This record gives sequence, structure tokens and C-alpha cells, in this order.
Amino acid sequence: MTKPGSHAEREGSQAELIRRSLKRRYRKERRFRLYGITAISIALFSLVILFTDIISKGYTGFIKTTVTLEVHLDDDLMYLNDASDPEQIAMADFQAPIIKALQGYFPQATSRADMRELSRMTGSYASNQVRDMLKANPDWLGTTRTIEFPAHDTVSVYVKHSGDPGYSIRLSEQQQRWTDELLSKGVIDTGFNDVFFTSGDSREPSNAGILGALVGSLLTMGITLVIAFPVGVAAAIYLEEFAPSNRLTDFIEVNINNLAAVPSIIFGLLGLAVFIGLFGMPRSVPVVGGLVLALMTLPTIIISSRAAIKSVPPSIREAAEGIGASKMQVVLHHVLPLAMPGMLTGSIIGMAQALGETAPLLLIGMVAFIVEIPDGFFSSATVLPVQIFIWAGSAEQGFVELASAGIMVLLAFLITMNAFAIWLRKRLERRW
Amino acid sequence: MQTADLLPLVLVLAAVAYGFAYMRSRAVAAPLGGISNLKALPAYYAARAALWCAIPALVILGAWAAFEGKVIQNIVMASLPTELTPQSAGHASLTLSQISNLAAGKLNPAMVPDGISSAAVLLQELREHSSNFKSLLVVLIAVLGGTFAWTRVAPTINARKSVELTLQRLFFVCAAVAILTTIGIVFSVIFETVRFFGKVPMSEFLFGTNWSPQTALRADQVGSEGAFGVIPLFTGTLMISAIALLIAVPVGLLSAVYLSEYASPRMRSVVKPLLEMLAGVPTVVYGFFAALTVAPFIRDLALMLGLEASSQSALAAGLVMGIMIIPFVSSLSDDVINAVPRSLRDGSLALGATQSETMKNVIFPAALPGIMGGILLAASRAIGETMIVVMAAGLAANLTANPLDSVTTVTVQIVTLLTGDQEFDSAKTLAAFALGMMLFIVTLLLNVIALKVVRKYREQYD
Repeated sequence: MTKPGSHAEREGSQAELIRRSLKRRYRKERRFRLYGITAISIALFSLVILFTDIISKGYTGFIKTTVTLEVHLDDDLMYLNDASDPEQIAMADFQAPIIKALQGYFPQATSRADMRELSRMTGSYASNQVRDMLKANPDWLGTTRTIEFPAHDTVSVYVKHSGDPGYSIRLSEQQQRWTDELLSKGVIDTGFNDVFFTSGDSREPSNAGILGALVGSLLTMGITLVIAFPVGVAAAIYLEEFAPSNRLTDFIEVNINNLAAVPSIIFGLLGLAVFIGLFGMPRSVPVVGGLVLALMTLPTIIISSRAAIKSVPPSIREAAEGIGASKMQVVLHHVLPLAMPGMLTGSIIGMAQALGETAPLLLIGMVAFIVEIPDGFFSSATVLPVQIFIWAGSAEQGFVELASAGIMVLLAFLITMNAFAIWLRKRLERRW
Repeated sequence: MQTADLLPLVLVLAAVAYGFAYMRSRAVAAPLGGISNLKALPAYYAARAALWCAIPALVILGAWAAFEGKVIQNIVMASLPTELTPQSAGHASLTLSQISNLAAGKLNPAMVPDGISSAAVLLQELREHSSNFKSLLVVLIAVLGGTFAWTRVAPTINARKSVELTLQRLFFVCAAVAILTTIGIVFSVIFETVRFFGKVPMSEFLFGTNWSPQTALRADQVGSEGAFGVIPLFTGTLMISAIALLIAVPVGLLSAVYLSEYASPRMRSVVKPLLEMLAGVPTVVYGFFAALTVAPFIRDLALMLGLEASSQSALAAGLVMGIMIIPFVSSLSDDVINAVPRSLRDGSLALGATQSETMKNVIFPAALPGIMGGILLAASRAIGETMIVVMAAGLAANLTANPLDSVTTVTVQIVTLLTGDQEFDSAKTLAAFALGMMLFIVTLLLNVIALKVVRKYREQYD
């Protein structure tokens, strides 16, 4: 027997049940959303941390510390009476006048230990700088000249991070006092680090620059572009337009997809075994680096070029064929120009990847210490990311700063390239 | 002339051939009553001449440039008197660099034996001869090819067909570069690996638990054997990859879910490119971040908690690698989630399920195979990643399960073994190729499986 209204009652209790469960379910819903937001926040937070870390570590790399001294180029002090005689130049002591000039500020620093500390106020190449000056102008001997020296790495780090005790440990207390005094007198000064953009690598952070690596990257990328772009586009055209559907075509496609996912270091092994081992090409040269990176970027370019060709509507092809164009004419005169923006975008992105690539280049020897700016495709060179790697592994704080500064330069290039690719896509790509 | 100068020269010659053939085709057509009486447009006759001029010459040039160095090297080495003939590969490369330095004038001839200095003279001579021969041959072939095509400008010949066929074959050759690359990779690792297993038994390599590849320079030094047990490298690689996936999979997946289900279009258009920026950052930058910021931070943190941590902990490398592959996981998951048909989603929502319930009970199970495929791809990326671990993980091959300890990975060892001075056939160098082969096989398997899974899954809903 059922009482009247029990049905409604049951329904009511069920509705009550649902209402109560709804609360729980909505809570779950909110929690789920929160997870999502947390995940995104973690990712974005990492991005922010990464960039602030690099910038805070690296902005000092763009600052140089200089010591400007009135150096009296005294012949007796240097054991030199004829600056045009190479033998005398080779034997002379060019550190002495610098120390003398510094002693002008600190007359009490005369002991051997003090002199050694004084000589470590300017960079280790300061004496070479004096030597080169005298070599170029032998008649300067005996005169007094105002010379701007790069400060020693430890002094430079101390000046850039003044007030932070963590950065002064490698400087003696006496040197710190001297530095502070010279700073207040304006002898030690900081300025924009032009050396960083105008010189190659060096054993001394204050003399090291990124130009060599930049030129190396440019040469390497040149080879990569010249090989990867035409070959990639041609391969994409073949696969999209001409390839018969048979096993060979399938095999090519499988190969391309797999190559796109092969770790980059494997391409380094390929370069080492084939280009250097088999063909006897020299190590550390942009040609080999460019070839390896070209093989590495090729799948990316082929895949994006195929997508670009695919996006050209069939009506264009049919119209061209309808007025009697041959297959090749359809492709070269109509499809290719319309697909070109997409192909260029993909290629720029591929080139940006190649520009940031390090691992394969380590294996083919582009990790050598190279001071000269490379002057050709066959001269020893290194590239930006490898230079960053080399500097990041150095013990001196000065090099770590340079590494972060180098990273900023590299990122600036990558962002520019990617922005250009996006602009190109927005500007030129047609929607059908 | 050098290859770099010959290349533009050949192109100039091709342009000249183009011009001449163009003029000739017009001249041939003129008495017939205009170019409409030719089988092809003048431009095609011209293009044919340019191709005939350039392609054979470039092929010869390429082949010559590729093998010139090696052939000259062998001739020079063979010319050395018997008492100077190098006994080992290391000695050979030393002698060779001595000879080439001498030839380049970087070395004083008085400082080396007579045999070496005469070899240097020979090297210099051979280089000159080779360069002269190469220039002559390339130019001759280019001129001959161009002239041949020029003589064959006739109204009865359809130049368009041959040009198009040649182009199509050229396109095929370009596509075949992908196969050549794969073959190159396989062969470059396989030969050295076989030689390696001739020196170190395969069972010792695969199952040994001790890795110390430093072979001594002299046979009588302590520890001259070197141990090549790959297990510690595998566990190290696995640990770092596992930490990376532990970070990247939840973060990447949940970000993708939020972006595809909840986020407003505006938020999506801001957050997605930012996430993709993480993928565009070069790995050396991540390595720098891991080695100089994250690793010290983790060590200090562990010390504060009273734990002992290495300054090159697996955790630091894994964490940063995880950040690196977040965008990889999220964009793959995003694709997969968006590929689930709208009808499934709408059906679930219409039955009164909340968005999260729809996600968890309907979309996620439907998308699971695709997501698994994405995770496999991410894993293969993590295993093959080099720079982060080279900079932030250690060199010591510890067999440990403690993420605060320092471990080493397969890629780190490849880089370490192959950078710096090396003999090309020492067990140490060959070991790097054996490791490379393992790496290639493992990542290839992961990729093949992942691509299969993803493709199968796509077919299900397409």
C-alpha cells in the first residue's frame, strides 16, 4: 500500500539528495579548476623565474669596469730603450709602469706582497695592452699617457656587486679598500661593455666577447639555410605532388617522421663519423656544423612545407591544369608561390631551433677555445650556445656573467626570428 | 681554386649557358615563323642548357670535395718511410697533424724528422695538384655540358619534358636525403659499436654495474682496464627522465585541460604562446639555469632540512628538464583533447554532468591513447636531452635511488667521451658510439610506438 503523496515525497527526498550531492560535485568542480589554474601558474612561474634569473645574473655582463691611469712609460722601469726593437719588446717589463701609476695613489704600498696585489687591480692583459701601444707608437717611450685598462675580474665583480659580501671573498681587504678609494676618485669607473660585442673569447673575462661566436653562428646558419631550405622545399614538393603511393614513398615518410624525433646528439655522432671520419673534413669548422644542423632541421622544414603545400586549395591547381599547364608548371608557377609564406615561416622556426642547438656541435669539436674571429667557412669557430656553455662551465664569476649576457643575446635573436615568422604568417598567409 | 670559389663560377657558367641557349632557340625559331613553332618555350631550352651545364659539374665538384681530403691523407701517409709509419691510430693522427701544421707553415721544419718534412712538401704539392685538376675538370665538364645542350636546341626536341623530368628527379633526390640520413646514422653508429663489442663483451656492457671508461695511457698503470657496465647510466637516465615526467605530465596535462575547457579565448591566446615560449628556449639556457640556480638552491634546501645533497643532484636536472617538456606535453594533449568529437562532450553535459565530470569520465578515457602517445614522445625527448644533464648532472656513475645524489646519463657520457683529445679506436671512444646506438634504438622504439598509438587513436574518431 502506498500512501498518497509518497511518490512526491520520494521525489522530494531524491531532489534533496541531488541537491546535497550537487554541493559536493560543485566543490569537486571548483577543485578541478583550481588544479588547472595551479598547473598553468606553475608553468608560467617557471618561465618568469627563468627569465628573471638570467637577467639578474647577466645584466652585469653588459657593464665593464675600467681603471684609467696616467702611466708614465718610463724606459728604466721597463728595461727598454728602443721600443721599435722586437727583441727588447719581448724582454721588457710592462707591468712595472702600471704598478708605479697605481702607487701614485697608494704610496705606502711598496712591499712585494702589496705590489703583487696592486698588479691584480688591472686585468691580466694590461701589460700586453701597454706593450701593443708601444709597439704601435715607439716614440711614446718616456712620455706620460692616459690609458684605460679593464679592471681585474675580481675587482670588477666587487664593483658591480658592491655591498654584497658574497661577491668580495676573492678580493683581499686591502684591495677592497683600494678599490673603494679609486672608485671615489673616479679612477675606477663602469661603463657599457663594448668589449663584449667587439672581441672573441679570452682567458680573461674582461677581455672576452661574443663577436667570435656570433660570426661563427652566422656562418654555420648560412650553410644550414643554403642546404636545408632548398632541399626541404624540394623534398616536400616531391612528397606532396609527385610521389607515387608505393613502399618507397612510405619509407621516406616514416624516415622523416622518425628523424624529427631523433635526439640531436645522434646527429653529432653522424657528423663525427661521416663528415669528419669518412670525408676527412676538419674539426670545429662552420661547414661541418652547418651540414649537421641542416640534416637536423630538414625534417622540420619538410613537415611544415608539406603543410603549407597542402593548404593551397585544389581549385587553384585545377584551374591551372584546365588552361593547359603541365604538372610541373602548376607546382612551380602556382602552388609554390602560394605556399611560400608558410614554408618560410616553418623554415625560420626550424632555423631558430638550429641556432639554439648545442649538443651535436660539441661532438664535432666546435667547443674549442678560439680567440680569433672566424673569417670563413673553413676556419675554426664556435657558436653562440656553445660559447655560453663554455663560459657557464668556468669558475670565474666574470664568465658566469658573460654567459648570462650571452644567453640574453641568443634569446634576443630567437625572439626576433620567431616574431618575424609570426609577422610573416599574419602578413602573407592567405585564408582560403 | 677552392670549392667555395668554384661553386659561384659554375653558377655563372650555367647562367651563360642559359643566355646562349635562349638566344639560339629564338634564332632557330625565327626562320620558322616565331617561337610558336618550337616544341617548347625558349626558356625551357635555356633551362635545359643550364641544367646540363650545372648538374654534372656540381656532382663532380661535390664528390671531389668530399673525398679529396681523405685520399690525399692516405697518399701522404703511404709515402712515409717505414721507420716513421705510425703504429696506432693515435700516433697516426698525431703524425698527420704534424705534417699539416708543417705544410701550413705553423711548425719549424728543423724540428721534425726528414720523412715528415718531405711528407709535408708532398702534401702541399698534392693539394695544389688536386685543386688545379678539380678546377680544370669542373670547368671543362660545365662548358661541355652547356655546349652539348646548346647544340641540341632544335624545334623538334621537346625541352620542357626533359627539364621537368630532371626537376622531378632532383626533387626525388632531395626527398631521399631523409633516407640517406637515417642510413648514415645507422652506419655511423653500427661500425664503431661492432668494433667496441670486439673489445668489450656485450654481456659486460649490458649488464655490468660499474662504469669507469678512463683507460690508462700506459698498460702498466693501475685501473688500465676501464669498466664499461652501462647499468648505472641507464638508471641515471631513467631517474632524471622519471623526475622530469613527474613534473611535466601533471602540469602539462592539467594546463591543456584548463586551456581547452575553461579558459576564455582571451586567456588562451595569451597563455598558449607563453607556454610555447618555454619550448623555444634553447636547452643550453635550461642547463645554465639548472646548474647555477636550481642545483645550489636544492642543495641549500636539503641542507636546511638536514639532508645531504650533491651539488649536482639528479633532482635539479630532472626538475628543469620537466619544465622544458611541459609545453611539449601540453600541446600534444591539447591536440588530442580537441580531437575528441564534440558530440561526446555535449552528450555528457546534456545528461547533467559537470565539466570536470565530463572531462574525467568521458573525454579523458576517450583521449587516453593519444595522451599516452604524447607521454611516450615526451619520454623519448627526456631520454635524449643532452645539454641540461651535461651541465647539471654529474659525471660519476653512481648506482643510486636517491634523487639528491649525483648521477650520470647516457648522453652525458657520450659528450664526455667524445669531447677533448681522443684516439679514434680506443675502447673509450667506441663506447660513446655504442651508447649512441642504444640511445638511437630506445628513442626510435618509443617514437614508433607513440606514433602508432596516436595514429590508431586518430583513426578511431576521424
